[in-house]
Amino acid sequence: MKKTTLRSEVVDTLTLQDLCRFCQTDEAWVIELVEHGVLDPIGGNSSNWRFVGTSIRRAKKAGRLKRDLGVNTAGVALVLDLLEERDAMLRRLAQYEATLDPIRPAG
Amino acid sequence: MEFKDYYKVLGVARDAGADEIKKAFRKAARKYHPDIAPGPEAEAKFKEVNEAYEVLKDPERRAAYDQLGREPPRHDGRYQPPPGWDSGFSFSQGGPREGETFSDFFETLFRRGADPATDRGTGWGADSHGRIEITIEEAYEGAARTLSLRSPVLSPDGEVTLETRAISVHVPKGVTEGQHIRLPGEGAPEAGAGDLFLEIVFAPHPIYRPDGRDLYLDLPIAPWEAALGGHVTMPTPDGRIDLRIPKNARTGQKLRLKGKGLPGQPRGDIYATLKIVNPKADTSEARAFFERMAREMPFDPRAHLGG
Repeated sequence: MKKTTLRSEVVDTLTLQDLCRFCQTDEAWVIELVEHGVLDPIGGNSSNWRFVGTSIRRAKKAGRLKRDLGVNTAGVALVLDLLEERDAMLRRLAQYEATLDPIRPAG
Repeated sequence: MEFKDYYKVLGVARDAGADEIKKAFRKAARKYHPDIAPGPEAEAKFKEVNEAYEVLKDPERRAAYDQLGREPPRHDGRYQPPPGWDSGFSFSQGGPREGETFSDFFETLFRRGADPATDRGTGWGADSHGRIEITIEEAYEGAARTLSLRSPVLSPDGEVTLETRAISVHVPKGVTEGQHIRLPGEGAPEAGAGDLFLEIVFAPHPIYRPDGRDLYLDLPIAPWEAALGGHVTMPTPDGRIDLRIPKNARTGQKLRLKGKGLPGQPRGDIYATLKIVNPKADTSEARAFFERMAREMPFDPRAHLGG
């Protein structure tokens, strides 16, 4: 973790235990998310897993979706994939619209 | 404090059944969930919907709430619950998660006497989570912020009050959207020395679109700059830089400015998408110039359309 002033630090990677604490969840749920491909930790087995920024963010989202909407793991995986697809499309749409000049009728 | 019409929030009648209320809540929760619908309006609405459901799903709370009546008593334009409104009811505990707070209306009426620390249900209750919005320029430089956090605190006589704390936060340079920063020991005060985690959110920028450490923008160029190529200067959050436009550049062509994106290991890049912009022919000189081009340049931009 990077040290900064005022005792704040950037969260780079989290272990399985850290991630469980971070998401206020248990190991079984995190392992299930890894098995469904929602999270992609570095490291061979769960004892030396390291979760990077994108996984941390996805785990937090997955936890909220489960808690707030009652979505199961397969559903969470599907929702997250579709949301990422949607966001990528919204970005492309914004870029496309920025280059699009209004078409005026001739005459 | 404002009176909250929980039936209106969920869009159900006052005599709606429990199933109907559950259905309305589920539908609204899907629609306004902050991970699905972006923007602060959806988030506020989601919180409101949750607060309404927290009261209406619980028969005891709902009965007590109903006793407050349709026409709320008001004193000096502010809502005051009548004395003894909740006598005869015992509430099951509940409330917002992650140490968040609901409206003053909810906190005053339904949170009294309940220890907020016991609401969490897990052993990790002492950590707090929040979000912090910074600009892209601040991500280059680092930023200092003072956050004010509101959290429920249980006083010795059993009253729950909302306490506001100010925390100064240093956001180090080179953070990217979605990263978290941790402030050890700054979690909710009533639950021991937990940590405060802040998720970095970038404020929408009029020019740049961030993607990780890379930034995307549209770079307007004149037709002669596109045709002849050459150097143009472009402002970036990192300072003005000199950019070489290739000869016969096209609209939509992407130029990569290596290492000019957000700082970090490795540094991000800036991608400039060229956009040829025409000057207006609004003087006779400019018109004459365009007319000369029309006469002398054998150019048909629609040649590929055929016909």
